[in-house]
Amino acid sequence: MSNEAVVHAHGAVTTHEGHGDHHHEHHHHETFITKYVFSQDHKMIAKQFLITGMVWAVLGGLMSVLFRLQLGYPDATFPWLEDILGKWAKGGRITPEAYYALVTTHGTVLVFFVLTAGLSGTFANFLIPLQVGARDMASPFMNMLSYWFFFAASIVMLSSMFVETGPFSGGWTAYPPLSALGDASPGSKIGMDMWLISMALFVVSSLLGGLNYIATVLNMRTKGMSMTRMPLTIWALFFTAVLGVLSFPVLFSGFILLIFDRNFGTSFYLSDIFINGVGALPNEGGSAILYQHLFWFLGHPEVYIILLPAMGMVSEILSVNSRKPIFGYMAMIGSLFAIAILAFLVWAHHMFVTGLNPFLGSIFVLLTLLIAVPSAIKVFNWLTTLWRGNIRFTPGMMFAIGFVSLFISGGLTGIWLGNSALDIHLHDTYFVIAHFHIVMGVASMFGMFAGIYHWFPKMYGRYLNNTMGYIHFWVTIAGAYLIFWPMHYEGLAGMPRRYYDYSIWESFKQFAELNRFISTVAMIVFAVQLLFLFNFFYSIFKGRKVTTLNPWGATTLEWTTPIKPGHGNWVGEIPEVHRWAYDYGKDGKEFIAQTTPVGADESHH
Amino acid sequence: MTSATTNEPKRIHPHKFTMWVAMGSIVMAFAGLTSAYIVKKNQSSWLEFDLPIVFWYSTVVILVSSLTMYLATKAFKAREMGRYRTLMTVTATLGLLFIILQYMGFNDLEARSIALVGPKSNSAASFLFVITGLHMVHVLGGVIALLVMFIRAYSSKVKSYSAIPVEVAGTYWHFVDILWIYLFIFYNWIG
Repeated sequence: MSNEAVVHAHGAVTTHEGHGDHHHEHHHHETFITKYVFSQDHKMIAKQFLITGMVWAVLGGLMSVLFRLQLGYPDATFPWLEDILGKWAKGGRITPEAYYALVTTHGTVLVFFVLTAGLSGTFANFLIPLQVGARDMASPFMNMLSYWFFFAASIVMLSSMFVETGPFSGGWTAYPPLSALGDASPGSKIGMDMWLISMALFVVSSLLGGLNYIATVLNMRTKGMSMTRMPLTIWALFFTAVLGVLSFPVLFSGFILLIFDRNFGTSFYLSDIFINGVGALPNEGGSAILYQHLFWFLGHPEVYIILLPAMGMVSEILSVNSRKPIFGYMAMIGSLFAIAILAFLVWAHHMFVTGLNPFLGSIFVLLTLLIAVPSAIKVFNWLTTLWRGNIRFTPGMMFAIGFVSLFISGGLTGIWLGNSALDIHLHDTYFVIAHFHIVMGVASMFGMFAGIYHWFPKMYGRYLNNTMGYIHFWVTIAGAYLIFWPMHYEGLAGMPRRYYDYSIWESFKQFAELNRFISTVAMIVFAVQLLFLFNFFYSIFKGRKVTTLNPWGATTLEWTTPIKPGHGNWVGEIPEVHRWAYDYGKDGKEFIAQTTPVGADESHH
Repeated sequence: MTSATTNEPKRIHPHKFTMWVAMGSIVMAFAGLTSAYIVKKNQSSWLEFDLPIVFWYSTVVILVSSLTMYLATKAFKAREMGRYRTLMTVTATLGLLFIILQYMGFNDLEARSIALVGPKSNSAASFLFVITGLHMVHVLGGVIALLVMFIRAYSSKVKSYSAIPVEVAGTYWHFVDILWIYLFIFYNWIG
C-alpha cells in the first residue's frame, strides 16, 4: 500500500489539516500559532530545530571564547568581563568555578543541543519526508512534541546558568561523585539538578524524534522507493535514529540511578567518600565506574549520532556537485551499518585507565581499531566520487570536501587513541581534545554547514550569499586546523585537559605563546561564524530568489516539490520513483531524476 | 544495481511499527539496569535477601490481565462493545492491583528492615526498588492509555471502527507483562 493511502486512512491523525489525497493548491486557514509555533509540519519543525541549535551554537561557542581567553591570557585582567559575568569574573579574570562551568556547559551544549538536536533534528526532519516521498512524518504530533521537549530542555539548561551557585561544573560526562553529591562543589548543587532535568527532557525529545524517523523511513516511502533506491542521507539518518533509540535509554537508566544517589541516599555509585567540611559519608559499596559504563554505552554511539548525518549529507552533496554517481553505493550502506554495529561494542575505550582488566582492554582495542575499516571505505568512496568529477565548487560542496579533509585528519589520531597502551600516556591530554574536536566536532559542524548551504534554497526559497559563504569556509577550515593541530603537540607533551592555568606548571610553561595563538585564532573563527549567521538571516528575507525547481540539477525527490512547498509537500499525487538516487552522467545525460521512468534505450540498469 | 521490486508487500501500520521500536528502546533501558545489577552483584558488600512472596501474586495478576486484554481486543474486533468495555475495565483494574501488590512487596522488605533507599540501604535492595519502580511506571502508563480508550468507547461523539489503537495498546500491555516476567525470572534465578 502506498503511504498516500496510509496518510489518507488516518488523515485526522497524521496531518492536522486533514488534507488527505485531495491535495491541491488550496490551504486551510493557518494561524500564526499553528504555522510557526506549534507546527506539525516537518519542514517548520526542522527550521525550529535549526534556529534553536544555532542559538545554542552561538552560546556554546561564546563560552569557548571565554575560557580560551583564560587559557591564552592567564595573567591578564579584562574589566569588561566583570561587567558581563559579575562575580564569576571578579577583577576581570574568570574564576576557577566559572572556568569549569564554562567548559562543562560548552561540552554538554555542543554535543547534545547543537550536534544532536541541531544536526539530526534539523535534517532528519527536513529531508526524510522530502527524500523518501512522504507528506509528513509517521506521527507529526510526536514530532512536534519532540521539538517542544527539546525547547523545554533548552530553557532549563539556560536557566541553570543564572542560579546563584552556577551551572554544573564537573565535566560534560557528569561523572559521580561530583555529579552525585551536592556538597562536592558549588556547581554540584542546584546547577546539577537542572542539568539532569534538562538532559532527561532532552532524552525524551530525541527518543520521540528517533521513533518517528525510523517509522517514517521504513513505512512511509513512496511507490517504487525501495530501501536501496534511497539517497545516502536517508540511510545515514536512519542509522542515526536507530543508534539514538537504542542507546539513549541506557543513559537514562544511568541518570535514574544517579538521581537516586543524589536525592534518596542510595549507594549505586558512591563508596568511601570524605568531603572536606562535611566529613565521612555513610555510602558504601557503590562504584563510580558503573556510571562510566552506562554513560559511555550511550557516549560512544553518541559520537556516531553526531557524525553519521554529516556523512550522509556529505555523500549526497559530493555526488550532486561532482556530477557523478556516488562511488560504491552499497559499500556506503554496508559501512554505515558496520559503524552502527561497532558503535555499541567499543565504549570501554573511554575507560582504559580506570583499572579495566587489560585482557578486556585488548578486546576493546581490537573492536575500536576495526572501525578504521568502514571509515576507510567511506573515505575511499568520497575521494573516488570526486575523482575526475565535473566539480562545482559551491559553498556547500566546499564544506563537504572540508568535512572529508577533517574526517581523515581526525580519524588518523583515533588509531593512536584506540590503542590501550598509548592511551596510558595520551588519556585526558590535549591530544584527546584535538582528536575529537577535529573528527567529531568540527567535521560534523562542516557537515551541518554543507547541509545548510545545499538545502537552504529548499528551506527558504532563496540562496545564501556565495561570497560570504566562501569567506566563512576558508577562515573556518584554516582556523580549525590552526586551533586543533597544535593541540596534538601539547597533548603529546603530556599537557592535561581541563586545567585552569598552565603557566604555573614548569612542564607546560613552554606552551604559553602557543596557547595565546590558539586563543586568538579561536576568536577569529568565532567572529566568522557571526558572519555566517548574518548571511543566514539576511538571506531568508533578502537573498537571491530561487527561480527553478531544481537549482542544483539533483535527482532526488525534494527538488520535485514546489519552490516553497506547503504542508503535504507535493501538490496532487506523490511522485513515483523508478530508479536510484545517483543517475548522474548516464548515457550522455547530465542527470536523470528519480521520477523518470527507465527508458528502453538505457544502458545497464 | 538499482533494480528492485516495485511491488512491495503490505506494510505494517506506522503506529504499530512505532510501538515496536519504542518497545525496543524500553528493552534497552531495562537491559542497561539489569546489566548494572549483575556488575554490582559481583562486587563487594552485596546483600542477599528473599524476594517478597507477594511478587508471586502480582505475577499471576499481570498474567491474567494480559489474557483479559487479549479478549478485549477480540471483543472490539467482533464489535461486541459491551463485552469490550467490561474487559477493558477488568484489565485496567488488574493493572492497578498489580501496582498495589508491588508496593506491598516494597513494604514487606521495609518491614524486614531491608532499606530500599537512604543511608542504610544496600544497592541490592535499591536496585530491586529502582528497576521494579520503573516497571511500575510503565504499567501505570498502560493503565492511563486503557482509561483513555475506555472513555473513548463510551463517548457517543467519536465512533471509531479502527482496531489499530486497541491493537497498539494491547501490544504494549503484553510487552509490560513479558517485561515483568523477565524481571521476575531475573531476580529469582539469574541476578
